[in-house]
Amino acid sequence: MPSNCLSPLILFRFYVILQSSRMMAPNTAQIRLVSSHPEVYEPCADSFLLVDALLADRTNLLEHCPTLCMEVGCGSGYVITSLALMLGQEADGAYYIATDINPHAVRVTHETLEAHGIHADLISTNIASGLEKRLAGLVDVMVVNPPYVPTPEDEVGLDGIAAAWAGGENGRSVIDKMLPVCDKLLSKRGWLYMVTLTANNPSEICRQMRDRGYASRIILQRSTEEENLLVMKFWRDSESQLENSQIGVGNKNVPARLIDYLLSQVSTLPFLRHGNSDND
Amino acid sequence: MRLLTHNMLSSNIKGVTNGFPLRIEAEKVVEKQVDFNPDFLKNMFPKLEWKALADAARSLGYGELPDAADASMLDSDDFLRRLHHALLELHLEEGALVCPETGRKFPVNKGIPNMLLHEDEV
Repeated sequence: MPSNCLSPLILFRFYVILQSSRMMAPNTAQIRLVSSHPEVYEPCADSFLLVDALLADRTNLLEHCPTLCMEVGCGSGYVITSLALMLGQEADGAYYIATDINPHAVRVTHETLEAHGIHADLISTNIASGLEKRLAGLVDVMVVNPPYVPTPEDEVGLDGIAAAWAGGENGRSVIDKMLPVCDKLLSKRGWLYMVTLTANNPSEICRQMRDRGYASRIILQRSTEEENLLVMKFWRDSESQLENSQIGVGNKNVPARLIDYLLSQVSTLPFLRHGNSDND
Repeated sequence: MRLLTHNMLSSNIKGVTNGFPLRIEAEKVVEKQVDFNPDFLKNMFPKLEWKALADAARSLGYGELPDAADASMLDSDDFLRRLHHALLELHLEEGALVCPETGRKFPVNKGIPNMLLHEDEV
């Protein structure tokens, strides 16, 4: 559909259809369908922030066409389910994997995924243990909401729900174990989204990741009474030119980006999903 | 657990050098239909360990994959459909994955493999 045949009126109609279709086809997990268990971390401000950050980056994610997406620490399944919903599981042919060290969490995630009609392959394991050799360099999108709360070291890695938040000194114990694993698993065009607190010293995390060849930026941040939360995005440095060009400055970029955005949403419209014989 | 995931899993027990592939003991296998996506298959093909996939499919009751495969076969719709079925539509719901070196069994329940190690295996 060449962009020069789209009049403002058609654009406006697209926009209206888009908004109403979004109400019909949710692009995040619904809380009432998220399963729970006493030993499993329920979606909280940090989970919502991560999903909001992914939504904010959704256009980039859709353009990126990830083949393999992975969540480490899936908890209730809220995030992996939302990621699969917002990328549209069927349309993009992406494969979803999620892990959690808490077997209850993995089971709860399974229930949450099923309730939303989404499939992801789940593994009970410590970070990505068992996957590291074969999955190295294959993951295009990783999302992590790690245990980031500063706690005494002896609270880290205990069984049960505390594993969801206990992060040891500066809340970095588990994050520092996860970062090299993420680096190993991420593909050349891999993107990592991670939730951190300012108490985790995120600029030092960015320095560490820069040494591994990653650029970074804050996608979203939120201050609550207790915490100052950030969602960081990391990507391999050779892509930094591409990333900058998507930010778009100056008025002349705006209409082109709007058209691109609307066109990218067309395939997500429910009534256009089937019978697309002219789509390749 | 689908066979793409199985193709990515290896034994994580300390000291094990030949941990791949994990042998499958299948107790319950389920087939779930997934939309055919040739691009996805062509993307994944170079990353697969073919023999492990063919053997795994056989242990789930699907013997239609050739013993060996090369990229030229991706032009064949018939081949792609068999690959699609084996990789994405067969689910191991109940059973175990067995470390080829130690014989240790990693249980699979409700389609979820448990790769958590005991203290002495880490």
